Amino acid sequence: MTNVHPIPSPSILNEDRAHEADHPTSLVAKFGMDQPLKLDCGIDLAPFQIAYQTYGELNADRSNAILICHALTLDQHVANLHPLTGKAGWWEIMVGPGRPLDTDRYFIICANVIGGCMGSTGPASTNPATGKAWGLDFPLITIPDMVRAQAMLLDRLGIETLFCVIGGSMGGMQVLQWTAAYPERVFSALPVACSTRHSAQNIAFHELGRQAVMADPDWHHGRYFERSTHPHRGLAVARMAGHITYLSDAALHRKFGRRMQDRELPTFSFDADFQVESYLRYQGSSFVERFDANSYLYLTRAMDYFDIAADHNGVLAQAFRGIKTRFCVVSFTSDWLFPTSESRALVHALNASSARVSFAEIETDRGHDAFLLDVPEFFDISRAFLESAGKARGLGSVGGG
Amino acid sequence: MALQEQALPLGGVAPDRTGKYRTDHLLVADMIGRGSKVLDVGCGDGELLQLLESRGIDGRGIELSREGVNRCVARGLAVVQGDADTDLVNYPDDAFDYVILSQTLQATRQPKVVLENLLRIGRRAIVSFPNFGFWKMRLQLLVGGHMPRTENLPATWYDTANIHFCTIKDFVELCDAINVKMERAVALDLYGRPVPLNLPWWVWNMFGEQGVFLLSRGGVGK
Repeated sequence: MTNVHPIPSPSILNEDRAHEADHPTSLVAKFGMDQPLKLDCGIDLAPFQIAYQTYGELNADRSNAILICHALTLDQHVANLHPLTGKAGWWEIMVGPGRPLDTDRYFIICANVIGGCMGSTGPASTNPATGKAWGLDFPLITIPDMVRAQAMLLDRLGIETLFCVIGGSMGGMQVLQWTAAYPERVFSALPVACSTRHSAQNIAFHELGRQAVMADPDWHHGRYFERSTHPHRGLAVARMAGHITYLSDAALHRKFGRRMQDRELPTFSFDADFQVESYLRYQGSSFVERFDANSYLYLTRAMDYFDIAADHNGVLAQAFRGIKTRFCVVSFTSDWLFPTSESRALVHALNASSARVSFAEIETDRGHDAFLLDVPEFFDISRAFLESAGKARGLGSVGGG
Repeated sequence: MALQEQALPLGGVAPDRTGKYRTDHLLVADMIGRGSKVLDVGCGDGELLQLLESRGIDGRGIELSREGVNRCVARGLAVVQGDADTDLVNYPDDAFDYVILSQTLQATRQPKVVLENLLRIGRRAIVSFPNFGFWKMRLQLLVGGHMPRTENLPATWYDTANIHFCTIKDFVELCDAINVKMERAVALDLYGRPVPLNLPWWVWNMFGEQGVFLLSRGGVGK
């Protein structure tokens, strides 16, 4: 029979992931029955918790806080080892002493989104009513819900105004939602590789990913944790499809071409003969180690529903009317998931609102994921934007003063 | 990119004493009051915007070339990538106190429409452009018999971004035709020195290497 290599089962145990969902290896803010999260779907979620990390020190007048909003498959572990995988933080290249998000100057916060699986309440968390994981009983959440939860966290931390909100992809959507919902709480905003609404093509890719998860017989209508299984093959396929959309044709060609993986000749099988196949399988199998399948369904859905203009009578500029926030919008030339045209539409709306906006399109062949990679021009622009915003905010130089 | 050429400092314009800013930029900056809100269309690498910001003016910019935009943003300036011909329509009426078009008019596809847009989104406009009536230009066409090229405008006719050259006289006529009021007009000679004000128009048109104009909306029904 022709050789087939399926995606391996995750080596991290379901129990460990479940434990992390309820008892995260990070700071946690717990909100009781008296402080429900009012969800867009009409449900009051209570109790709930938000897991978060902080880096650097909050200054005396609480004016140097930067909120990082993470993307779909990331979490609050921005610049520390990941508690499940032991790998480096996902944005260490950007966050740290002397980095663009300089922890010697700014107080950096990143919270796991509501609906996530790294300690903020989501489908992998225990439902207090049943003592079992929420699964599909968890209410549908939206990007505005994520931001509302973050605002409650900031209230808890005693931070009235953020110096900056920054994020890429789904994180960028949250940045935009922050400026639309709480303009007076956001001094500056750096939305990267994102859009004010999810496009039909992006919804289509998400649907593909969700169907892959749901088609996995181990999914069991979202109650896999009760059967000690995890739809890791479906989720890996979703991740592989997603990952292709995060790259570009040019980047894949440059990185892999048609090169073979540890072999000279094709094996005449469905084994991963090509390097690109091997790479994708690795991406898929390493993702399922740390991510909950139901959480992936919920978060992709939240992105699909996102449409700021729709919440403002179909006129995007209305969302930003009279806004004082300083914007720096960044896109990447080879990003076909959130192409420059989307950022340009945002910039037009911000201009129409007379907002103070910078917009840079950065040339790179690395696709959507460029914001996570070593792209010096992006670092320079982020650094300079924060520098000039810091001056306007009266932040001192090193020391956070 | 096309407009990058325009962003380069004009070789013949003398720097100020500190050598930091171009004379025409200083001239433009002197026309604008502190605290004004300004849009610089075709802002190049942000030299003028930086001068304006240093004077407490709230400056924004549009630039066609990606390299120019990214250099501006890396300087902390509020600049977006865009095209004067297509993107000015996105700005609301009266969004700015001043809109500047510095050495860019001749590179636009529709100078008249651009000019009208400048004075729609800004209450005043400041426009500077190379004067094609400058004696050196005339001489090259008259004697040399070919399209003029100068040290400031070195491109050949087939690869220049400058598709709508005009003379100071032409520009004055356009302003009249679309009912634009000329509040101040300055011609700079080859060395960036203002041509004396008391000289007649034809002298400006002959000896002005570039013109700088402060414009406002004309009265109704002209």
